[in-house]
Amino acid sequence: MRLRILLAFAALAVPLGLALRAEGAPAPPELLSQTALYDASGAIAPGNRPFQPQYPLWTDGAVKARWIRLPHGKKIDVSDVDLWRFPEGTKLWKEFSFGGRKVETRMLWKTGGDWVFASYVWDADQSDAHLAPPEGISGIVEIAPGKRHSIPSLADCAACHRSSPATVLGFNALQLSDDRDPLAPHGAPLKADDLTLRSLLDADVLEPARKELAIHPPRVRENDPVARAAIGYLSGNCGGCHNGTGPLARLGMNLLHGEAVEPTASEPARLTAVDVGGGFLVPGHGPETSRRVAPGAPERSALLYRMKSRRPSSQMPPLGTVVRDEEAVQLVQRWIEGMGRP
Amino acid sequence: MRSRQILTLTTAVAALAALALAPAAKGEATKPDPRKAQIARGAYLVKIMVCNDCHTPFKMGPKGPEPDMSRMLSGHPQDLVMPPPPKLGNGPWIASFAATNTAWAGPWGVSYTANLTPDPETGLGKWTADTFMQALRTGKHEGVGRPILPPMPYPWFAQATDEDLRAIFAYLQSIPPVKNKVPQPIEPPESE
Repeated sequence: MRLRILLAFAALAVPLGLALRAEGAPAPPELLSQTALYDASGAIAPGNRPFQPQYPLWTDGAVKARWIRLPHGKKIDVSDVDLWRFPEGTKLWKEFSFGGRKVETRMLWKTGGDWVFASYVWDADQSDAHLAPPEGISGIVEIAPGKRHSIPSLADCAACHRSSPATVLGFNALQLSDDRDPLAPHGAPLKADDLTLRSLLDADVLEPARKELAIHPPRVRENDPVARAAIGYLSGNCGGCHNGTGPLARLGMNLLHGEAVEPTASEPARLTAVDVGGGFLVPGHGPETSRRVAPGAPERSALLYRMKSRRPSSQMPPLGTVVRDEEAVQLVQRWIEGMGRP
Repeated sequence: MRSRQILTLTTAVAALAALALAPAAKGEATKPDPRKAQIARGAYLVKIMVCNDCHTPFKMGPKGPEPDMSRMLSGHPQDLVMPPPPKLGNGPWIASFAATNTAWAGPWGVSYTANLTPDPETGLGKWTADTFMQALRTGKHEGVGRPILPPMPYPWFAQATDEDLRAIFAYLQSIPPVKNKVPQPIEPPESE
């Protein structure tokens, strides 16, 4: 607790209003109701389509709803199947609820050739939400005994979304695949109007129209169902930063699933994490025994150690969560243990 | 006669060329090199922002502790394995530090100062200026990871201009690389 107080105290001294919008880019509206998410009646506006990534990002058990708005007549450039480029004017929203109450809605807005990040904090009467300050809001609501959810700062938004050339992290080929993973932690069943690759192709909003994505829907290239789900989870939850093209590529650990490879290619996570040493050593182990993922040995696996941790110096992800994802921990532990069996 | 004319012509051309080049050469000699100027600015900033106080290990000299400049800015020495830190109780003393001034213990656990030299494996050799700036602006390791721990006064450094932060990085990339793998921080006991 004293550590958190010290770190929070230090963070207070950070200058406010970090300039993370491109110069000249418009400011996001002050109210969520002004962002075109809703129509005049308060319902989701026509043209804003819901979607559910099959490997959703863990946010301490928040119930999430997501929508995307593509400008009329515009298409997503998927010429690089792993790096979708969205048309000017695209908006994505993600609503976070805890205990049945809406807490915040985040928005990504492509404008001026770049992305604008915004978080909106819901009013007590749940009628509208106000733009959060650039520094975020620490500990806005209690979500578990002694644990509180925080509205991210713009710097926090950028820390994840700018760590991938894609910027948009939950709307891509694997996440929207029609071949859904039944073991994906916290994966929700698709609703009739949820967008998937097939419905995007049917709506003719992908350019080029990659029909192969419907014929052979993307899936993690692992035969074992537990391995498939574990690597899919790591891709959805860790691959935003730990990928092969962003600033952290120099660490040599790529947990992001990609489609632009041979169908028989090994998953990057298997190549760069399994039985590979890393910079972080599991306490009590040296560089000879600590591994990112130690086959058959969860106790020597730094990745699992950091997934379990919710202490500032070791937890992964390093932000956006204060409660560990027990279901995912169990899944990844089973995967690691399974690799030790003949 | 013809050879004399050629000689005269050649001499004239050479003289003209010399005249043409002379001002340029003089100009180049006095024109400041922006890269050198940036590195010099970075060196100055690193000096007055006392980076060496923590990132260069101290050794005992004839007049007492002094920075060991043979290990300039290379962080906590990998061969100096620290014993467990002393227990300070709940009193107003909350932190202790090693004689090298490169290891610190407090409520945050034990932190070690980083290797800022351009060694590619153990220092900042693979970093970019953008990553360096993001780390100091956000107080996050690598710009996106765990919090940078006390006593690093990043909130103050975060207020430097982009130009100054880039100058500091340029200087740090220009100094001799030192291969020195600094240990990772140690977390405090769970009860704290």
